[in-house]
Amino acid sequence: MIKILRVNMKTKACDFQDVPAEYDGLGGRGLTSAIVGKEVRPTCTPLGPHNKLVIAPGLLGGTNCANSNRVSVGCKSPLTGGIKEANSGGQPGGHLAKMGIHAIIIEDIAPEGEWYQLELTKDTAKLVPSTVAGLNNYDAVAKLVQQYGEKNSYITIGRAGEFRLTAASIAFTDRELRPTRHAGRGGVGAVMGSKGLKAIIVNPEGGENLPLVDKEAFTAAAKRFSKALLEHPVCSQGLPNYGTAVLVNILHEAGGLPTHNFSAGRFEGHDEVSGETLNRLTKERGGEGVVAHGCMTGCIMRCSGIFPDKNGKFMGKWPEYETLWAFGPNSGINDIEMIVRYDYQCDDYGVDTIDVGAAICLFMDAGVLKYGDAEGCFKLMEEISKGSAIGRVLGCGAATTGKVYGRRRVAEVKGQAIPAYDPRAVKGQGVTYATTTMGADHTAGYAVTANILSVGGTIDPLGKGGQIDLSRNLQIATAAVDTVGLCLFVAFAVLDIPDALVAIVDMLNARYGLKLTLDDVPALGKSVLETEIKFNREAGINEFADRLPDFFYDEELPPHNVKYDIPEEELRTALTW
Amino acid sequence: MSVFVTLSTTLRNFVPGYRAADGLNLEVSGPTTAGDLAQRLNLPLSEIKIVMINGRRLELATPINDGDRVGYFPAVGGG
Ligand code: SF4
Repeated sequence: MIKILRVNMKTKACDFQDVPAEYDGLGGRGLTSAIVGKEVRPTCTPLGPHNKLVIAPGLLGGTNCANSNRVSVGCKSPLTGGIKEANSGGQPGGHLAKMGIHAIIIEDIAPEGEWYQLELTKDTAKLVPSTVAGLNNYDAVAKLVQQYGEKNSYITIGRAGEFRLTAASIAFTDRELRPTRHAGRGGVGAVMGSKGLKAIIVNPEGGENLPLVDKEAFTAAAKRFSKALLEHPVCSQGLPNYGTAVLVNILHEAGGLPTHNFSAGRFEGHDEVSGETLNRLTKERGGEGVVAHGCMTGCIMRCSGIFPDKNGKFMGKWPEYETLWAFGPNSGINDIEMIVRYDYQCDDYGVDTIDVGAAICLFMDAGVLKYGDAEGCFKLMEEISKGSAIGRVLGCGAATTGKVYGRRRVAEVKGQAIPAYDPRAVKGQGVTYATTTMGADHTAGYAVTANILSVGGTIDPLGKGGQIDLSRNLQIATAAVDTVGLCLFVAFAVLDIPDALVAIVDMLNARYGLKLTLDDVPALGKSVLETEIKFNREAGINEFADRLPDFFYDEELPPHNVKYDIPEEELRTALTW
Repeated sequence: MSVFVTLSTTLRNFVPGYRAADGLNLEVSGPTTAGDLAQRLNLPLSEIKIVMINGRRLELATPINDGDRVGYFPAVGGG
């Protein structure tokens, strides 16, 4: 039976409940946003007892559909002050789905200084004093594995989450029990920390693939969906061989790779921090290095390679493109090994690589560190784990760092750092940054597809035409994809191969006995966005917050010498329909 | 005329000795398109998804001018 688990951190009560009918047809982001929208007062203090943390697998989680085991985390964000959904790969999403747990809702807060861990099985849930408080993610998970075993998966926060820093993330273990996958953005780790919840031990024993209303139809549709992924060259070749870091060189060439705090669109040392370099070094060094590594069961695109050190020993995962960008071009660092180490630090302390990397760049902009100071960056990062004042500033991300050092050029929207694609040279992406309900979030409507990658059509990235519609349609589609629990990278196939979306709808119908048509997909996406917009409005975030920092309108970006020029009045129409 | 060429991912395998740090500086004579240039480098046209000339996405049929920089890409994507 499918159920919702409510965990009260004050009373320690853990109750399994039936799923209310109003949540029918929702999972993942659709469900976390619906629950936050219904149960969390939008004006509440994000780190207080009235906020709730919701963890939910998607609608196709726990099935044989490829890449469908993502997990969404929702709450009111301490970073943006608005609604938040951050999703992650790793094993817990699939485990929760197979255990029949549709959502975990964590309520209220434990007394300050008390730390708990949630022991979760298919039928039982119990809060016990944490055995790993004070540890960062790698040590915490290693100790939990000793205590509870290797068959579980683990959800943890590092010390940054314990300190409730606004860029703190929540870690989800991968198939090798490493805390490498994160719900990264918006400070969801700070909310988990505010509740006094250090870890969730997910014991999948007895869980099983979920019942399918029409097994035959499901299997057939799942096959068609896999075929589309395997046919699309980005999903079947680009991502496994080069990771998301394949984007470094193309964004550089397009003049949209933000460099030295968004002052140029090309970075001289780009190739040294590219996907090609990750691929080459991983192959040359061999050992524990892996090209084409899947972060969760059921992933067939496998973008999450493992980077070996010179002796072939595990050094860290392949950093995502946005991580490479933040610590690389934007901070003037062209040493890929050092960036793998920062990525490891972020995973270990439990912080968002984008907001913290963007904050590092602002320390450089302020003259506290020199651009390109790789060693200085490493030492400053260590301060996060120490909990020193400067480490806390860094761990609160770019907007806080910008304020503390009085910087004018701070690339953020609604308090969340703008990543890796300069809005002046990728204008559709600028619309998404400005208008998404999440604060600057590249995944919320990935206009890089048509702007740069010629996927899902082509739109001139330097022109204004078509960008608002492009971003709107992508934001609607993404809200639906995030609800289904699919890894967003399926979008490359979905945008180019029409049958991929038909197959998704067929799977939903076969799984739940529904009669959805293709038209219902945008309707679902819109309703998720409407819930989120309503929450933000009632939290005091109105449409005038849908803007980019004015330096993008004032300063030209070389090499194309372009400014941002989509007027704010037009941006405010992006999320209207 | 001289042209500066960069190659991405798998396209590098078609040009032995390609060094990413240097790119390729080529001398070209007579009217040449981006497609002509690709063929001269033995790049299979079917594997080229994107051509950028001076950072703008253009066509294989686009003529090349002196001093241009040309980037060839197969299908790539991430996020
Ligand atoms: S494609 Fe990458 S991010 Fe997506 S599920 Fe696979 S490994 Fe994880």
